[in-house]
Amino acid sequence: MEDEKRRPLSKVKAGETVKLAGIEAGRDLHSRLASMGLVSNVEITVVSNSRSGPFVISVKNSKMMLGRGMAHKIMVL
Amino acid sequence: MDKKIKAALAGNPNSGKTSIFNMLTGARQHVGNYPGVTVEKKEGIFKYAGFEITLVDLPGTYSLSAYSTEELVARNFVIEEHPDVVVDIIDASNIERHLYLATQLIEMDVPLVLAFNMSDIAEQRGLKFDIEQLSKLLEATIVSTVGNKGKGKTELLDAIIKTSGQVERQRTHQIHYGEEIEHELAVIETLLADKEQQLAEKYGLRWLAVKLLEFDTDITAKVHSREVLEAVTASTEHLKGIFADEPEIVMADRRYGFISGACQETIKTTVESRHSYSDRIDAIVTNRILGLPIFLILMYLVFLSTFKIGKYPMGWLEQFFGWAGITIAGFWPAGSESWLKSLLVDGIIGGVGGVIVFLPNILLLFLAIALLEDSGYMARAAFIMDRIMHKIGLHGKSFIPMLIGFGCSVPAIMATRILENRRNRLTTMMAIPLMSCGAKLTIYMLIIPAFFQEKWRGPMLWLIYLIGIVLSIVVIKVLRLSVFKGETTPFVMELPPYRMPTGKSVCIHMWHRGWMYLRKAGTIILAVSIILWVAMSYPKPSEQSLAGLSSEQAQQKRLEHSVIGRIGQAIEPALKPLGFDWKIGTALIGATAAKEVFVSQLAIVYAVSSEEAGGTDGEKSTQNLREKLQANYTPLTGFCIMLFCLIYAPCVATVAMTRQETNSWGWALFQFFGLTALAYAVTLIVYQIGNSIAG
Repeated sequence: MEDEKRRPLSKVKAGETVKLAGIEAGRDLHSRLASMGLVSNVEITVVSNSRSGPFVISVKNSKMMLGRGMAHKIMVL
Repeated sequence: MDKKIKAALAGNPNSGKTSIFNMLTGARQHVGNYPGVTVEKKEGIFKYAGFEITLVDLPGTYSLSAYSTEELVARNFVIEEHPDVVVDIIDASNIERHLYLATQLIEMDVPLVLAFNMSDIAEQRGLKFDIEQLSKLLEATIVSTVGNKGKGKTELLDAIIKTSGQVERQRTHQIHYGEEIEHELAVIETLLADKEQQLAEKYGLRWLAVKLLEFDTDITAKVHSREVLEAVTASTEHLKGIFADEPEIVMADRRYGFISGACQETIKTTVESRHSYSDRIDAIVTNRILGLPIFLILMYLVFLSTFKIGKYPMGWLEQFFGWAGITIAGFWPAGSESWLKSLLVDGIIGGVGGVIVFLPNILLLFLAIALLEDSGYMARAAFIMDRIMHKIGLHGKSFIPMLIGFGCSVPAIMATRILENRRNRLTTMMAIPLMSCGAKLTIYMLIIPAFFQEKWRGPMLWLIYLIGIVLSIVVIKVLRLSVFKGETTPFVMELPPYRMPTGKSVCIHMWHRGWMYLRKAGTIILAVSIILWVAMSYPKPSEQSLAGLSSEQAQQKRLEHSVIGRIGQAIEPALKPLGFDWKIGTALIGATAAKEVFVSQLAIVYAVSSEEAGGTDGEKSTQNLREKLQANYTPLTGFCIMLFCLIYAPCVATVAMTRQETNSWGWALFQFFGLTALAYAVTLIVYQIGNSIAG
């Protein structure tokens, strides 16, 4: 059901908007991302996710670049 | 007597905090360090309306947790120093995220002023704020500002004064974390009031409880009472059971909920905010195929403008100092010897001139960097280079200072400021001297034609540069595995929208760096230049021993006799295994002042007219020098000279700059001796192997 839709952010296509479900990382990173706006259920819009460029998301009106390793750790619905 | 106010500026990176700081303090800034850490502390003092205001620019942070040094420094400043006001700079077009920091400050119960900065962009986006309502909800005075245009200055200053004058007041609106968490907080607070009175006095009960429940490592370490710690653990487990998540995360959530609630009531968007401009530019600029070439072209332009354009003012300055030297020398009758004249002309004017001559370069370089940063391009550049730099353990931004190092190490070291991570900064600084700078090029241009035939010269030069690059990669890798071991920070970086940099902010950036360079690096370089002058001129040989010698021969004799000459002769045994003799040794020592000095020192030692060797007019003299070198040394030695010069101790200006940027002599000396040791080792191996093959 809900779990089936849960996937890593890295698999979301550009233009899609998803909600944050969880972050699979240590406190440190989790807290840092939270302070930058990534909290549960926040809306994340993927701005760009192509092999020929960085992974860019828009959260609370702010654009951020993520390393792909990071995008793998962020789970969304 | 003016009344004094102590104020602090806080805010996210990219909030425009720096321009507000500049707007308020003007040029009256002072940069130092927070005690015990190597985080830059910027402070400024100015007067307004009968008050003397000391403004401290806290490091830009997204939050005030214990997870990074910057956050701890900012937090501790507020707790320990009790500023009368804290001003939180907020990007008005991005309020929700920026207010997260404000909630942390609210929880610390500080007298708060919020500056809604970049309000011009917010207006463009059609955002409308009910400032009065918002101000009531957040219990802080709110002022609209446009930092890089100087708007809102008086309103902000008035708000600071008014807030600092407010008598103790209790906040009526606390951030409510929900029934379950509030219950646990109450339990912890009661225990704290009983068992940890000292801490409670200092930090406030509620804030302490909140931090403990968040598992803040800094605060948790300060608690001694076992009961308190056990209660915290119990509460945490209980809450984890309810929420299936760490309390810390739920609390972050609730904070945003608080912000959302406040904003929903008070902020209206009339036009859809869009990043489309920025997106379109980014599609090209960060494209996997186009991104790198675009970046390289931009870097080339930066390089070009800094050194080619800078050449003109540099030339004028050189002429000015040349003129100054002659004028001062003119005060003494022609041909007379005077230590004062020599000190003034050769030592001081030579030294001071050598420092100031760099100034146009530095200003232009920082102009370029300011433009790149303020426009927002720097963030993209960092990403593009990151893939490559990551492989050797550095951040993408490190590429920029290293590239500049090909022109001159001095501004390159200053440029490492764009690296936020201290370990990356230090590693990069250690490796920068291995990028053959312009001065080292003069040495190569002397040696290569002396020993190698036409067809080998191009490749030889290329080889030397290449060796420098390869060695720097090795050095960086080694340093990252040993001295500067540590995780590379995971890559997450805010992408600010592209902005048009304003002339004013860019100029302030530029001027600030230039002034710092003059004041700090200048004094050290001047001091060392004088010392070197003394070492080169004394002791003097007797008049009789000079009788009958040509002026070049006399110079040669004086150099032999001087401290530097003697040191050169003394270290000769250590240099022999490298294929060097005392003459090269002397030149090497002199070259610590500035690499170009190597050429002129060598010319003196071989009694070639020093004014002409190396100059454009003196091709003949340079040729003379080359002939002498060829006669005295083998090509292997020639190559080893270049190798040694490439690697060993950087010039005094570079060392001084390293010391200034790291705020410690330790790193500067590590750089100096480390590189020299490396140079010795490498040259030794190369020479010995080369010799045994040839012999």
